[in-house]
Amino acid sequence: MNGPFVRSAGGRLAWADVDVEVTRLPGIGTKQEFVTGDGRRVGVLTHRDGHRELLLAGRDDPDACVATVPLSEAECNALGTLLGAPNLVAQLQDQQREVEGVSTAQFPITDGSPYAGRPLADTAMRTRTATSIVAVVRDHVVSPSPRPDFVFAAGDLVVIVGTGDGLKQAAEILENG
Amino acid sequence: MDTALALEELGALFFGLGVLGRLAGRIGISPIPLYLLGGLAFGQGGLLPLEGIEGFTELASEVGVVLLLLLLGLEYSASDLVGGLKRSWLAGIVDMVLNATPGALAAPILGWGPVGALAMAGVTWVSSSGIIAKVLADLGRLGNRETPAVLSVLVMEDLAMALYLPITTAVLAGLSFLSGARTVAIALVLLVVVLVVALRFGGAVSAVVDSPTSEVFLLRVIGVALLVAGVASQLQVSAGVGAFLLGIAISEDTAENATRVLSPLRDLFAAVFFVVFGLNTDPAQIPAVIPVALVLAVVTTATKIGAGWFAARQSGVGSLGRWRAGAALVARGEFSIVIAGLALSSAAIDPEFAPLATTYVLLMAVLGPVLARVVVPVHAAVSTRLRAA
Repeated sequence: MNGPFVRSAGGRLAWADVDVEVTRLPGIGTKQEFVTGDGRRVGVLTHRDGHRELLLAGRDDPDACVATVPLSEAECNALGTLLGAPNLVAQLQDQQREVEGVSTAQFPITDGSPYAGRPLADTAMRTRTATSIVAVVRDHVVSPSPRPDFVFAAGDLVVIVGTGDGLKQAAEILENG
Repeated sequence: MDTALALEELGALFFGLGVLGRLAGRIGISPIPLYLLGGLAFGQGGLLPLEGIEGFTELASEVGVVLLLLLLGLEYSASDLVGGLKRSWLAGIVDMVLNATPGALAAPILGWGPVGALAMAGVTWVSSSGIIAKVLADLGRLGNRETPAVLSVLVMEDLAMALYLPITTAVLAGLSFLSGARTVAIALVLLVVVLVVALRFGGAVSAVVDSPTSEVFLLRVIGVALLVAGVASQLQVSAGVGAFLLGIAISEDTAENATRVLSPLRDLFAAVFFVVFGLNTDPAQIPAVIPVALVLAVVTTATKIGAGWFAARQSGVGSLGRWRAGAALVARGEFSIVIAGLALSSAAIDPEFAPLATTYVLLMAVLGPVLARVVVPVHAAVSTRLRAA
């Protein structure tokens, strides 16, 4: 995992208020886990060959796992999206709150948008408005950090980070070119 | 040598091992005890004495030891070992004291000398990381909180082997104290150098063996492993330790590829190693050592559970988790046979040694996984009864 995780000392990663404990399992892989507010231990075991398992600890015996579910790459993405997508914008806004003058907004690619069916690079968004396209949401599925060759479609929601003026210009560009 | 006959014998041997391996999978145990039984059946005084392929099987079993230890080394990164050493040295020492002592004490009772005591101490000390990793995965316990403690005990044992094997090799060879001390010093320096090199210049060792073609890569890894093992053997450090240290020094990405290409070869040659050990054991001597083996099994089951219990308590695991950790560690296997195999070549070893080691490992390799399974229901039943009383 990379991205908005912040590495802190002692094999721990902090995501907002969740303290993720990272444990090396010699010869097996790496375990990342945290304890929920409800007192349940939830985690992911990444084996050395890259395959992953979802771990869920029991309530009676918090040391033991009651479920160990092997997940394929696609299944990991699906599960992550199911859990994470609705929160993405809120999280981004949360993170940018500390930075003065920068905010996050999402704009639709409408049917009439000149960029429907064209790649992200064509918008020249960064050059023209100094804003960044950080994600695109299509059918409730998030594509984080879309590459310049990402092709927009009508109905996409574009998540953009920038200053107030920049965001206004960006909205204008996406709507009218 | 009659090539046709040799090929037929080898074919029958491997096919027979395949059948045994399948049987082991069916009944859910490690194939190691069945390979040993296979060796007993084929060997001297056994059902089907094999003749004419000893030259091949002897060398193949040496290669088997090298590959077993090379792949063990490949599983660990240097930072795993250093981290394990920092966190779990106390658990490692408790484990060694509790589990090497019964083996060492058995020797004078049986009338063996100090050499036999040293070898038997190793046989009862070291758990089987192969069997245990498989059992933990099968029982869905890899994510449990006691599992890091179990694994760190295994790491400590494997690391200790890098010193124990050279010491034992030197003692078995009857070296003088001075040359023995030199051997141990070489092993110690090698271990430190390998850890430092792997931590600082991990890519350097990998660059020697790395290649984009898997064929070239396989040949290079095997070549370097056998060269290192041979040189280590000449320095009396023992071939296996050389291979183990090489495995540690190879950095992570390369190690994963190496594990992938070498695993089938390891399975093949290690099977030959277990069979050859069985071949060299006279089955007629086994009934006489069964009582001793049973006592050792009971005692070292208890001491191993104690060691695992202590390690898990150290990492703040609850009562049931401590028992799970203890029971998981009970299985002995490949390492005990590697140590016993070293001892076989020495004249200072009592002829009862091989049958006792074989019987002991047969018991523990089967008992360990069973205990790991039943510890949870047994713990539940006992604590219910205690609460009722």
